[in-house]
Amino acid sequence: MQYAILCYHDEKVTSAWSKEHDDAVIAKLGVVREKLVRQGKLGPVARLLPTTAATTLRKDREPPLVIDGPFAETKEQLLGFYIVDCAGLDEVIGIAKELGEANPGGAYEIRPVATFDPGKVAS
Amino acid sequence: MSDVGWISPILTAARPHAVAALLRNFRDLDLAEEVFQEACLRALKTWPRNGPPRDAAAWLIMVGRNVAIDTVRRRSRLHLLPPEELISDLTDTEAAVADRIDEADYRDDILRLLFICCHPELPATQQIALALRIVSGLSVPQIARGFLVSEAAMEQRITRAKSRIATANVPFEAPGAAERFERIAAVAAMIYLVFNEGYTTSVAEHGARAALCEEAIRLSRLLLRLFPTEPEIMGLAALVMLQHARAGARFDSQGGVVLLEDQDRTLWDRRLIAEGLALIDKAVRHGRPGPYQVQAAIAALHARASRAEDTDWSEIDLLYGTLERMQPSPIVSLNHAIAVAKVRGAGDALAMIEPLADKLGGYFYFHGARGAFLLQLGRTEEARAAFGHAIALANTAAEAAHIRGQLDRLARGAAL
Repeated sequence: MQYAILCYHDEKVTSAWSKEHDDAVIAKLGVVREKLVRQGKLGPVARLLPTTAATTLRKDREPPLVIDGPFAETKEQLLGFYIVDCAGLDEVIGIAKELGEANPGGAYEIRPVATFDPGKVAS
Repeated sequence: MSDVGWISPILTAARPHAVAALLRNFRDLDLAEEVFQEACLRALKTWPRNGPPRDAAAWLIMVGRNVAIDTVRRRSRLHLLPPEELISDLTDTEAAVADRIDEADYRDDILRLLFICCHPELPATQQIALALRIVSGLSVPQIARGFLVSEAAMEQRITRAKSRIATANVPFEAPGAAERFERIAAVAAMIYLVFNEGYTTSVAEHGARAALCEEAIRLSRLLLRLFPTEPEIMGLAALVMLQHARAGARFDSQGGVVLLEDQDRTLWDRRLIAEGLALIDKAVRHGRPGPYQVQAAIAALHARASRAEDTDWSEIDLLYGTLERMQPSPIVSLNHAIAVAKVRGAGDALAMIEPLADKLGGYFYFHGARGAFLLQLGRTEEARAAFGHAIALANTAAEAAHIRGQLDRLARGAAL
């Protein structure tokens, strides 16, 4: 069974971390990640940019609505995610719309990825 | 848990919310600040034992209010002090408080606080000092180091700003729509000034002043959370991030200025660049360009070029043309001329800046750029004179050293 571990924290706090503190946290996480890599258990890992860089596509209406900011409703739940490689926001929104046509309802939150490690797990 | 290092970022993050709410309650900047400090001290005492509260800002506001009531009582000597446990033991009441203080209240509180710091009656230097003290929570010595003035002078500047606020009859009500828009522009300008204060620096001062750039980035993120759909605020945040991303490459080990085209681009902060690019990308979609967005778009073109020779100077030339129409200023024209020199040659660039001599005659960069254009045109004698003017006007040792390097090259060239 594969599991996704979703990371939550108050970004006002994490963005108040000093560079040294941030580096130290990443280094400590690196130790854990290395162990998981050796065990062949670690898949893709991504750190996202702050929610101020987020855009949301509401696909519960036609045409879908593009809004600035993160997805904030609580009646929907996080059910999955895609990682796509695009030239810019316009292209991602295009892809999200296409996915939304295939699966209307709900919303996609589009968040730029800060760091990405593809990892390796048996599929 | 003896190490309380984890608490400090939580207090920093909660500060604007908490101070702003306390200010709404007491309408007194000094009192709000004082009781917030006291609440932080209690947090340092109780959080290591009990763990952090679910909503740190709500906890600090609650404790701060109790401290203030206590202070007022003590001043009036009417009541005995309540035992400290009654004030700081909030395990039961915290949840209820957190429910009552929702994001909408916070938003109005922080806006009010920012608007007060940017009150039109305060000169810009006082606005930024006050915002760094009250909103960011930097200490007076930290701010004094950032501005390269004595602590006593900075203390006085902040005290003056506070007393002006106290006598200016600052309205504590939220302003109307039109006024609100003007005030947001004032807050954005204040944040950009904080940034520039830190950006205009030489390497010897770099550590102390870089803190101002980081604070400007934090303030721009704060403003962006308040106005998440305002493209100019996205532009401002992108601009300060993209410029600060180059901080690690702007000076060499001897403290000399490294020009943009000579910088080691592997030293640029990739994560800040990614965030800045994402924000300008979002802003552009609104189709409502403004000066911050255009400047950020220029910075983005530099950030996107992995080598200096890959820079899209014709696009930068166009963007500076747009910026000149939006916000005409001799400094913008001077920067435009540098792009023009790349695209159309030093002759056109020189013709562009000659009429600026009246306004920019006392400006280091004007003579530096003019010298460089003249040098490219082979007019070495005039170039030497222009560089001489530039050295005399240099603000920092690093600026002067850079021009001296140009002069040395000129001298070597003449000797050959």
